[in-house]
Amino acid sequence: MCLAVPGRVVEITDTGDLAFRVAKVDFGGIRKEINLAFTPEAEVGKYVLVHVGFAISVIDEEEAQRVFRLLDEMGAVKEDLGEIPQ
Amino acid sequence: MADAKITSFNLSCPVPRVADERIVLAHGGGGRLTHQLIEKIFMPAFANEALEQRHDGAVLPLNRERLAFTTDSFVVRPLIFPGGNIGDLAINGTVNDLAMCGARPLYLSAGFILEEGLEMETLRTVVTAMQQAAGRARVKLVTGDTKVVDKGKGDGIFVNTSGIGVIESNLKGPIGPASAQPGDAVIVSGDLGRHGIAILSVREGLEFESPVLTDCANLWPAVEALLNAGIEVHCLRDLTRGGLATALNEIASDRNVCIKLQESLVPVQEAVQNACEILGLDPLYVANEGRFALIVPAAQADAALNILKKIEVSQGSVQVGTVEESPGGTVILQSRIGGNRVVDMLSGEQLPRIC
Amino acid sequence: MRFLSEYREQKTAERLAAEIHKKVTRPWTIMEVCGGQTHSIVKNGLEDLLPREITLVHGPGCPVCVTPIELIDKAVAIAKHSDAIFCSFGDMLRVPGSAKSLFEAKAEGADVRIVYSPLDALKLAKQNPHKQVAFFAVGFETTAPANAMAAWQADHDGVENFSLLVSHALVPPAMEALLSSGNCVVKGFLAAGHVCTIMGFEEYFPIAAKYQVPIVVTGFEPLDILDGILMTVSQLEEGRHEVENQYTRAVRREGNRPAQKVIKEVFEIVPRQWRGLGEIPASGFQLRARFQKYDANLRFPFSGEPARESPECISGMILQGLKKPHECAAFGVRCSPENPLGAPMVSSEGACAAYYQYGRRQNHLVQPELSRPASR
Repeated sequence: MCLAVPGRVVEITDTGDLAFRVAKVDFGGIRKEINLAFTPEAEVGKYVLVHVGFAISVIDEEEAQRVFRLLDEMGAVKEDLGEIPQ
Repeated sequence: MADAKITSFNLSCPVPRVADERIVLAHGGGGRLTHQLIEKIFMPAFANEALEQRHDGAVLPLNRERLAFTTDSFVVRPLIFPGGNIGDLAINGTVNDLAMCGARPLYLSAGFILEEGLEMETLRTVVTAMQQAAGRARVKLVTGDTKVVDKGKGDGIFVNTSGIGVIESNLKGPIGPASAQPGDAVIVSGDLGRHGIAILSVREGLEFESPVLTDCANLWPAVEALLNAGIEVHCLRDLTRGGLATALNEIASDRNVCIKLQESLVPVQEAVQNACEILGLDPLYVANEGRFALIVPAAQADAALNILKKIEVSQGSVQVGTVEESPGGTVILQSRIGGNRVVDMLSGEQLPRIC
Repeated sequence: MRFLSEYREQKTAERLAAEIHKKVTRPWTIMEVCGGQTHSIVKNGLEDLLPREITLVHGPGCPVCVTPIELIDKAVAIAKHSDAIFCSFGDMLRVPGSAKSLFEAKAEGADVRIVYSPLDALKLAKQNPHKQVAFFAVGFETTAPANAMAAWQADHDGVENFSLLVSHALVPPAMEALLSSGNCVVKGFLAAGHVCTIMGFEEYFPIAAKYQVPIVVTGFEPLDILDGILMTVSQLEEGRHEVENQYTRAVRREGNRPAQKVIKEVFEIVPRQWRGLGEIPASGFQLRARFQKYDANLRFPFSGEPARESPECISGMILQGLKKPHECAAFGVRCSPENPLGAPMVSSEGACAAYYQYGRRQNHLVQPELSRPASR
């Protein structure tokens, strides 16, 4: 049960108590206030995975390339692909 | 038959059985329950030739003319939303139903049910919008009615508009699902979901960098251009509640054909797509108020698109699929990654999911 | 949307599918555990890209499907209190109870509201001090920290008119129950990615070792699921049964520590009824003593009729992958999404609901696997 959407942290409001730490998170142009209690390491500019109003993980941007990288390393069958996904 | 296993993707959770005993909100959703209500309660009571066309408006022979007659009620909440208000919907909604019959819209009536306590300023705003929309659509509001109900018994304003138009062109066949043929092209007149998201953005308090505005608009100029150019219009359907998916399902089941869509061709503005991601909605089912689906013979698709793109309200027109023989009564979508799924009729209302 | 749209890209999907075709030499049955993964598979027609040797079985990872019918009845009973505001995620609203669903209760005048976050429900409680605000705390481990935090904040802020109707389910015990049932046909698992974002994946090592099954923590987008299937198939073909992580951009082995901490503080593990599977030990959460003041079960004593399940529903066999939905006598006849008899037809992600439309087209019904390409 798992609809979680990635968004970019735009602005953090620290109230002192971690449980109430919130941020404005941008989802492709839509901004929502999200609770950061579970991602104390989240910073402005980082991407977080958001589920029911809470950030549950900071996205590892290096690992995000994994599936594309591995296919290249495997020497997967490459047709004329056009643009490689970024 | 050569298709691989196609699984259905029924976005909304199932409808309660006991919707037989009471009206539930889903009866107004435009999906399966709405159709059941019409079939079980209204059709048996009122059945006649015109009603059985089951089209957006009724085409009625009157002496040597063919008139189109339609009615629509508007209960939107909030009354005022990004890009418009209930007044715009009230005029354009009915004008569009007439346009979908291929009729030039001429005269409208307006019945208002106002809630005690409504601010006069709000009513003025709505009426001004109606005046301007009617002016742009070149229709006259020729008769009306007003009632007031106790505070708490209405959502501010409910409006009903009925409209009369005249069919001027000499179309060979009627415009309606009956005319759709396997091989025909399926075109939409622009990107989907703007109206629904504009409404939801207010209801759900979604903050947009650039707000999504309703697409509410008068579609007659686009239809007029197609008819004047002699395009063989098989079917027109304006996309309202229930979105493109509902409109196409209605056509597919009325005519017992298959409509095959390409997900990569279906136009959706990025802001609308992102709002749908966050809310757990599918843009195919989100409401529109200024878009229509067009079915024409494949050979005329390019010509139709050229004409549509020159008209402001349909400049985003694009072919999104084709009509096929089977499996009848089904809408199938080929996803971006190449797999197929069935786009079913909504059972109830599309509910946002967290699953 | 960044970190979302890239994982729906067609060419990469085709490359992954090609790799899967290359790897497969014999039939494998793989279960994706999470309803969100089922959703993505069906929505994208993902099975069309797979070789016919691979059978995907949809697991019990849909908390909507597996919520016991008694809890729906309780939710409805609470909602009908004149001073109650009953809040829920949208998914739960249409699940039929013994007599009715929350949606129908709303039609009859109950104050039932859809919220996107448990904190919205808490806010409602603060805004409506003379009402009792109850929240349907349903979900797997993914949603548990949020629900726990709502209780924690309520406690911190001294909010009294707030309560939770808890229906949390834990994934690893359900997997173990399936695996230990003796007639489990599943050979490999795609573990629920967002559940593991919270809990990590330590718990799966003993399961993989004991039952000799590969378990791959997998995301939700088409490329994630194809990647997860590729990793699972590779293990199966090579005779390995390890725990691997496909969803590395979001999941760490130890999971999310602050989230686990608040779960532990607010909830304790208890046995739980799974609609369609029966009782599974240590597979649910309930509020700890300190937070029991927020337990809606205690706040609203319930003396309703015992819940009634349909005797026709074979959901247990469906959820274990032993029978396909169209092999049920009631399927499509007495049981449909509009009129569900049991758990897997209830939600859009349940196996039966997912198969329903498919079942209507008779020419595909009989031998579905043959209409997909073989790997050779």
